[in-house]
Amino acid sequence: MGESAVPLASGPSDPSGSTGEALLSVRGLTKHFGTNVAVDDVSFDIARGGSLAIVGESGSGKTTIAKMVVGLLAPTSGTITTCGHDRSTPARGAAERRRRGAEVQIVFQDPYSSLDPRQSGASAIDEVLALHRGGSSADRALRVAELGDLVGLDDRQLRALPKALSGGQRQRVAIARALAAEPQLLILDESVAALDVSIQAQVLNLLADVRADTGVSYLLISHDLAVVRQITDDVIVMHRGVVVERGATRDVLDHPQAAYTRLLRASVPTPGWRPRRRSEWTDAPDLSDVSDVSAG
Amino acid sequence: MSAADGRLLDVASLAVQLPVGGELRTVLHDVSFHIGPGEALGLVGESGSGKSMTARAIARLLPAGAVTTGTISYAGGDVTALKGAALRSYRAEVAMVFQDPRAHINPVRRIGDFMTEALRTNHGVSKADAVARAIGLLAEVGIADGQRRLEQHPHELSGGLLQRVMIASALLTEPRLLLADEPTTALDVTTQADVMAILDDLRRERGMALLFITHDLELASAVCDRTAVMYAGQLVEQRTSSQLHDDPLHPYTAGLVGARPRIDGDVTRLAAIPGRPRSAYEAPAGCAFADRCEHVEDACGEARPPLEPIEDGFVRCRRATELRGMLRAGGRHG
Repeated sequence: MGESAVPLASGPSDPSGSTGEALLSVRGLTKHFGTNVAVDDVSFDIARGGSLAIVGESGSGKTTIAKMVVGLLAPTSGTITTCGHDRSTPARGAAERRRRGAEVQIVFQDPYSSLDPRQSGASAIDEVLALHRGGSSADRALRVAELGDLVGLDDRQLRALPKALSGGQRQRVAIARALAAEPQLLILDESVAALDVSIQAQVLNLLADVRADTGVSYLLISHDLAVVRQITDDVIVMHRGVVVERGATRDVLDHPQAAYTRLLRASVPTPGWRPRRRSEWTDAPDLSDVSDVSAG
Repeated sequence: MSAADGRLLDVASLAVQLPVGGELRTVLHDVSFHIGPGEALGLVGESGSGKSMTARAIARLLPAGAVTTGTISYAGGDVTALKGAALRSYRAEVAMVFQDPRAHINPVRRIGDFMTEALRTNHGVSKADAVARAIGLLAEVGIADGQRRLEQHPHELSGGLLQRVMIASALLTEPRLLLADEPTTALDVTTQADVMAILDDLRRERGMALLFITHDLELASAVCDRTAVMYAGQLVEQRTSSQLHDDPLHPYTAGLVGARPRIDGDVTRLAAIPGRPRSAYEAPAGCAFADRCEHVEDACGEARPPLEPIEDGFVRCRRATELRGMLRAGGRHG
């Protein structure tokens, strides 16, 4: 059932390659929910400063992987290592939790539910700074302004409550808050999916700038192949908990090998695209959607 | 039944105001377009652009207290004046499909009850006939075991399956116009392609007109003859779909095309539109897009530009002719 069942294109994130410089190393990661196997024997690496996407549709297991890497879910089996430290089992004690928090941060999809409605952006960022960096309140205020600059928020916007901010501005607050811990790895869990097209472009440009300026690595969880192409170097494609293809993002999107990746690629509307019924696909993989919700 | 000019639906200078906190707030301003029998028109825009409100005005589903001016005419008759039996018969001819089927299908009733209720109560169709028609339509939208599905409840069906049920039930009264409001936005991309193909097939087979509302310009272009772009409660451009994409005339349309990352090529930096989308009530006094437009001039802030005919469509920009061809360069990079 593992990924060895499918011939895989090798790429920079191929686990069989050199792992000396890996910032994040995931091996044999598996998660069961009751009898349902959400993630089945998944392995990948992210190099320091690298950017990897996990792409897939509902039920592919991509968000479950993100939750295990950040520490919100415990794996059934397998290992997760960041900067040489194991994080496959729950942290013991506040110091260990803080150390893990300084390695990996996450930006969620919905900026409307991931911020405290009673806390300003500046206060949310300052709280993370106080926990992870300490320093005087004047030092922290300076750093809050720096982080605001980095994500394109002015002083007035930083002091506003979330309800006074647009979705794009809220997502900037969430990104600044995550960066305040100076993480090595930022998990972007569908972080631009809920944004309007014109705002999404601003945030994608911002994410490219932040990576260039700070050297932070990205693990992008997404269903959107165009977004994946824009901000990642490598990609793994998942279907029902299993990796079906991996490689350099550009190669996988331009020359998809697995039947599922080809279907995914061909489903994206582009100029001249015509929608096709699934029944017209001669080599279509077995997709659960037409049957029952229990399969998803 | 159609109007003499061959238009099934004709929307002219539509404006809608909604009561918010004791005052009337403009949500639509000067919206005009028409759809012929069997034709598909795409309505594209970002949050707050008014695209859903336009569909709701046509479907007579505006909230209480809404003030509508301008005209909406269907087959030559005034839609805003319909009531009673005439309104029911209009709703049989103009059906609507929503983004989230779970919010629009009663969770405690069986699929069969949901699908056949309108036919049996409003159209006097017998239970056996209504069930037979429902099963036939479920087959058309790719659900083979319709008999079993009719006995199930919504929670037993996936999102893609439930959206197919909603489309099938919208088609039960054999509408001549389908208003589809982001019908595939909540679906996975492979399911979206499948559902869009079904909608496209049904439209062609039945000669049904379609108003397709989406935030996805590429998707609208793929399935619609013409596409209209909305911004801040106004129509800013309406063209044949291929022209709209390849030769946009309004800076906002060009901005939308350029802001979207590409799946088939590499763009180092996206041509993002600065600022954020405006709602109708907070738009600047002159051109609503003036404060985000890279081609703005002083005169753009003075008066709201009208929607003017140009070649294959309409555009609301006083510099449209002058900027033609230059907008493309500011959009996507190869």
